[in-house]
Amino acid sequence: MTGRRVVVIGAGPAGLAAAAAAVSAGAEVTVLDEGERIGGQFWRHHPDLTDPHLQHQTARFRKLQEQLAGARVLSSASVWRIERGAPLRVHALVGPADAAQRRGEPVVADALVIATGAHDRVLPVPGWTLPGVTSAGAAQAVAKRDGVRLGERTVVAGAGPFLLPVAQSIGRVGGVVAEVVEAASIGTLVRGWGRRPWELTTAAGKAGELASYLGSLAAARTPYRFGAAVTRVHGTTGVEAVTVQRVAADWRPIPGTERTVECDSVALGHGFTPRLEAAIQVGCEIGSDRFVRVGSQQDTSVPDVYAAGEITGIGGADAALAEGTVAGLAAAGVAPADIRYREPLAARRRMRAFAARLETHRVGSGWTGWLDADTIVCRCESVRRGALDEYGEASSRAMRLATRAGLGACQGRVCGRSVEDITGAPVGYDRRPVLSSVRIGELAATCGGDIAD
Amino acid sequence: MRVVVIGAGAIGAACALALTEAGAEVVVIDRTGGAGETSSRCEGNILVSDKEPGPEADLAIEANRSWRALAERLDAERVPGQPATEFEAKGGIVVAFSGGADALRSFARSQHGIGIRSEPLDAAALRAAEPHLSAEIALGVHYPDDAQVQPSLATQAMLARAVHGGARLVVDEVVAGTVVAGRVTGVRTRRGLVEADAVVNCAGPWAGEVAALFGSVLDIRPRRGTILVTTAMPQRVFHKVYDADYVGAVGSGDASLQTSTVVESTPAGTVLIGSSRERVGFSGDGLLAPLSEIAAKASRLFPFLRDTMLLRTYYGFRPYAPDHLPAIGADAVIAGLFHAAGHEGAGIGLAPTTGALIAHAVLGAPAPVDPTPFLPSRASLHGAAGQGRSGAPNHAERGANNTEAAA
Amino acid sequence: MSVQIAVDGAVLEGRDGQSIAGVLLAAGRRTWRTAAGAERGIFCGMGICQDCVLTVNGVEGVRACQRTACDGDVVEREVRA
Repeated sequence: MTGRRVVVIGAGPAGLAAAAAAVSAGAEVTVLDEGERIGGQFWRHHPDLTDPHLQHQTARFRKLQEQLAGARVLSSASVWRIERGAPLRVHALVGPADAAQRRGEPVVADALVIATGAHDRVLPVPGWTLPGVTSAGAAQAVAKRDGVRLGERTVVAGAGPFLLPVAQSIGRVGGVVAEVVEAASIGTLVRGWGRRPWELTTAAGKAGELASYLGSLAAARTPYRFGAAVTRVHGTTGVEAVTVQRVAADWRPIPGTERTVECDSVALGHGFTPRLEAAIQVGCEIGSDRFVRVGSQQDTSVPDVYAAGEITGIGGADAALAEGTVAGLAAAGVAPADIRYREPLAARRRMRAFAARLETHRVGSGWTGWLDADTIVCRCESVRRGALDEYGEASSRAMRLATRAGLGACQGRVCGRSVEDITGAPVGYDRRPVLSSVRIGELAATCGGDIAD
Repeated sequence: MRVVVIGAGAIGAACALALTEAGAEVVVIDRTGGAGETSSRCEGNILVSDKEPGPEADLAIEANRSWRALAERLDAERVPGQPATEFEAKGGIVVAFSGGADALRSFARSQHGIGIRSEPLDAAALRAAEPHLSAEIALGVHYPDDAQVQPSLATQAMLARAVHGGARLVVDEVVAGTVVAGRVTGVRTRRGLVEADAVVNCAGPWAGEVAALFGSVLDIRPRRGTILVTTAMPQRVFHKVYDADYVGAVGSGDASLQTSTVVESTPAGTVLIGSSRERVGFSGDGLLAPLSEIAAKASRLFPFLRDTMLLRTYYGFRPYAPDHLPAIGADAVIAGLFHAAGHEGAGIGLAPTTGALIAHAVLGAPAPVDPTPFLPSRASLHGAAGQGRSGAPNHAERGANNTEAAA
Repeated sequence: MSVQIAVDGAVLEGRDGQSIAGVLLAAGRRTWRTAAGAERGIFCGMGICQDCVLTVNGVEGVRACQRTACDGDVVEREVRA
């Protein structure tokens, strides 16, 4: 067990917890993270630029950072390939984001913890390509990392409790949040979260957090609308207003309920999409729920490969910390009956109850009702909804090649699920041989052998 | 007459179109859908440059001519759901570093005799044709007749036109062939029985498996190719550009990794880079070796590629026949069963003429070229592999080396 | 502490540690790329969407939201077509 080489991919809450746990169990740990500073999205920060009010659970973060003193942490490290075998081999490139000729860093592992997190899911909305429309996460990221706001008057819309910290962060950098618009209705929220939601959040230790967010909204007198959605963005050279419309339980927009809200920016967040590519590339089985399938020790279908955090199920930072701890112990070789699992397993059980309630905000199939034939669905290639309809009969790959949806720079990361919802056909998990952001020369540098003629 | 076509890739689509236009009732059955597999994972080459004199060259010359007419016809009148073929008569330039220039020159000369046009380019002309090519290149030979389609779109276009003409496309899997007294009576799919007077096996790398469903034997195996696609950029490559390093190499059915650079731009602005060949079954493992080797060789040809960002990479399976010629025509034993498979890396380019040969075999339509060398009953397709010419460059290897993947 | 970067010829000032996107946004610029004739800038803010790519110091394909601005960086619009 001692000296087992554990590599952790991702330094958000799950990855950091896994690394700390593995270090404490005597493993030789390497953390690879693409960000310049560890913390992932939840703890995204800059020592000088980030407003302390926007940082949560900072004591926990500091403790993890201390525990990581026993690990090798590579930031600005972009993992582009993982190869199975004994040992596993992880290929990363280290250097400023997207720089040319970054340093190749192959790392060998006896066990791997994949904790690559999630990104916002943003549903297409007519007008969503106008300057001023971003994901909810982007509004928070530029606030936290850069101390900047995206506009003077922002509508925050979508679904899920994440909208609240987003609204708060916009306020902290001097923006005005015109409205927060949540698709789930009050009735749905009550049914989903229970009549006394504060009890559940207390159990999860989240009551204080919730109070802080709601307090911010109240102080700014920001309306919080339920059972509604932004169904159109208006403007010519940039956002000028949005249409907010009531939606049914399945998210279908209700005609006749449109309201216009003036704003110059829109932050949209309709839940989260797990970042599965590294897990898929190494061969982890993905469940029918579209998350990495894991066992009780966060073990995946690939021997010696573990997964934790949002890629195993959207649950937020607290679930990620618990899962990461379990995964780190397991990767380090700690036997399942060991007492060190007791606390993180209990925390994981508690947080699973909380995470299950997030289903309350899941995307309803009626959302496609707010699309026009003209609405861009694939942002990278500017593919409109009407084009997708024209190739509905073709095989998924053929449709993509015909319309180019999902073949642009982001390779379907933003539009993939939306294209599936519109065409009604799963796109299928392409096992990408190379995860993105590698230059041809960097790939060539890994070629062994002499290729002179 | 009802004909079942198994496989809706480029070959199946071309056969379906040819048979439909010759008056047959066609049912195309594919378990993934139109252009679901290899035809959506390849480059779309329509080449004559890589063919040494022989039957495959004759086929390729006829197919090159046929594609020009077909693409024009398909693109002139598009029915709903029929994409444009993106046919481009862009021409190819084969380039050699100093060690390979002589072999390339003599290869080109040997092709003149059968009507494959080429002209050597002097240094100035080469620089004008491809300004970003490495200064180390010693010789470039321009083949004006090489052309390109977007293979997935071209396949879908042929299918759409066939369907428009009365063919049916069924997304289903054939699980058995029904043969009575040595004659095909139809196929059994997951959903039920489909009766037919004739069945054409266009299952690409799975053609061997499909032949077995009828109690026949067809030695077709997968040969994996990989491709790199760059992010979009202003155009820096103006023809198909290939490294001549295959010429002069002894032909082989070698299972081990072989790579040979092919680079071209696409209308979308990306650059496609290949190529590799390995016999690894249908595996998706061990991709780093071919991808990194392709990356290294391509950067040598076009130094600007070193700093170019990769957009995506992928792989596909060519259908490989041991004697390096496609199998087109009647099954050796079972009446009513036909095969059109084993085109290795040349399937897209050879598709329309394959369709015409199948219309000849099934319906008696005029044959565009002598069908004899391609018959599935030929001795070199059965028994020992590696029967074929000895010593001289293996032309099908060359052809194989130049099939790439598309964006 | 501030950094200065050149963006399509103009000099912009940002705070040390800001991403290139952050510097642009703080200077009031929301868009710096064209896609099919429409103006684009930051969208996902976490390096996923590739909407914000720029050419930095002659190297194409750099995500502005991921790349920290360094004093003296030369930033240019990408030319894709």
